[in-house]
Amino acid sequence: MIQIEDYASIVGKSYLEEMQLLAQKLARKTVQNINSTAVGGGVAEILTRMVPLLNQLGVQTRWDVIKGDEKFFVITKNIHNALHGLPVDLSADDMAYFREINNNNALQMDLSSDFVFVHDPQPVALIEHRKNLKSHWVWRGHVDFSQPYMPVWNFLADYVNKYETAVFSAPSFARDLSIRQVLIAPSIDPLSDKNRDLPEETIDSVFQRFGIDRSRPVITQISRFDYLKDPVGVIKAYKKVRKYLNAQLVLAGGGATDDPEGPKIMEEVKKEADGDKNIFVLFLPPASDIEINALQRGSTVILQKSLKEGFGLTVSEALWKSKPVIASAVGGIPLQIAHKYSGILTHTIDGTAYWIKQLVNEPEYARSLGKNGREHIKNNFLITRHIKDYLLVFISLLHDGDLVYL
Amino acid sequence: MPQFLFKTKFDLTVLLGRKAKNAAQLIEGIKVVPGSSIYFHTHKFLQQHHYLSPEPPNDFAYWVANVLNEQALGEELSSVDIIQFNTISDLRQKFIAVLGDYLQTSRRTVDAPPGEEFYFMGSRTFVVETPHTAKTLKEFRSCLESVSVHSLYYHIFDARLRLEREQNDFSEWFRKLGKEKLAEQMLNLDPYTHTLEGLRKRIIQLVKVHDSD
Repeated sequence: MIQIEDYASIVGKSYLEEMQLLAQKLARKTVQNINSTAVGGGVAEILTRMVPLLNQLGVQTRWDVIKGDEKFFVITKNIHNALHGLPVDLSADDMAYFREINNNNALQMDLSSDFVFVHDPQPVALIEHRKNLKSHWVWRGHVDFSQPYMPVWNFLADYVNKYETAVFSAPSFARDLSIRQVLIAPSIDPLSDKNRDLPEETIDSVFQRFGIDRSRPVITQISRFDYLKDPVGVIKAYKKVRKYLNAQLVLAGGGATDDPEGPKIMEEVKKEADGDKNIFVLFLPPASDIEINALQRGSTVILQKSLKEGFGLTVSEALWKSKPVIASAVGGIPLQIAHKYSGILTHTIDGTAYWIKQLVNEPEYARSLGKNGREHIKNNFLITRHIKDYLLVFISLLHDGDLVYL
Repeated sequence: MPQFLFKTKFDLTVLLGRKAKNAAQLIEGIKVVPGSSIYFHTHKFLQQHHYLSPEPPNDFAYWVANVLNEQALGEELSSVDIIQFNTISDLRQKFIAVLGDYLQTSRRTVDAPPGEEFYFMGSRTFVVETPHTAKTLKEFRSCLESVSVHSLYYHIFDARLRLEREQNDFSEWFRKLGKEKLAEQMLNLDPYTHTLEGLRKRIIQLVKVHDSD
């Protein structure tokens, strides 16, 4: 099991010392995380790693998962889509059932912790059972709330407003709420298989397995095949530069098997690739963390040409590997890249093509972007910073004012 | 012998729910947001990119130049020399003046693309005592080698402008020790032109010259 001390070689001893100082301020306090799934998805992934580390820091932390049936999760899937802007209406029956399931869970749960930290919309209505006024309740929205479908958001907002603080992942996700809203960005774990250092032989063998030539420039986008990730736009940008660069393009990610639009996207991607032997479209099974890590590490330039993005942790992953990244200025990406300092922000296919050429032809400049990018991720987007922010949000509920001497 | 207790600080970023899509809305926001927001937007890059020198400019300048694409105004906003201001209120007035001049002479309004508006934020700062204390310059140097950059940041940047103590905490303590010259040298150091690690090294060098006096 990973120990908190294992991060000292990455973030420094003084950083861990400060985390311990902060954790001491929560000695004897209890924290309870609640979400809707124990496995799969970003929230479960981060809680799996974070809960043991919080306990090692001396903060008694537990994690509970609400139970629901298929009908409940169809409703919450609709809520999820509505928060992303799809006009999905909830019927009165849907709303009543949502409340009922939350109510049933609340009756079976011990909600007596000092801090109750509720993740995402599914368990949001548990707040109705906040019996003990001494307990502090925080709600964290992990998804993109920048343009929600308002009738559904208003339904949720009635609950969110009953919490003490709401946490969002990007400034544009903040909503009109009566409670305090704070920004806590997600994070990557530098010790996970997806991000840890890899021997050159491992990188070589992954490239060999896919038939990609490491002696020539490799331009890569890692993301699931989805319109919002604009894989067709990536190919178009590549085509604009291929006659100037002897480069290969890699599009790698999970196949969207549960996405009804998946086959159509793939058809369009294949059509756009037009049999070009230098374009590698790789469907990776879920357990492909090492492969993704190797593809990122072995690439010359990494792209994230999304049309819309939540936070865009694939950008953090690439920057952590000191890679020059060209990404769209959407969602949380501008938090990760300061244009021309720690990466390149673009808005168009032409802009992306222009910068691919620049970065492949100017490896020194590309290297400096990658170096700064890694430092930026190290300082701002690793799991240690994430834990520190969570400790801070709990402590903040015990004090007033903008400047607090603990 | 006065003791120096190293403190450190942690910032929680607060979303103020206010945004601007052009320079006119930016100035309106700057006029009304809390002082902690002005401090946040003029120091965020410094904190987040403390390894870079020169670091990216303040948030207002960065947004105007990179999102509104108003290069001249961006340059003027990035030229605001923060070290010359002793209070956040004066700093706020400077940004209002620069933007005000621009709005008076500019004949066009440039709007940010949807989703790229300027979002006003602020911070809640939590100050904690560290176990590191010094009674002599030699001990001070040794502590400075091991505290985090956040501690350094607190005693240099927060102390002077956020806490409006007029001078940084180190100069104040050097003076209490009777090390006037060192205190002056420390005051004359422009911390905004160093990376934090570079600043740490520079201060350690300065102290080293004096710690055998």
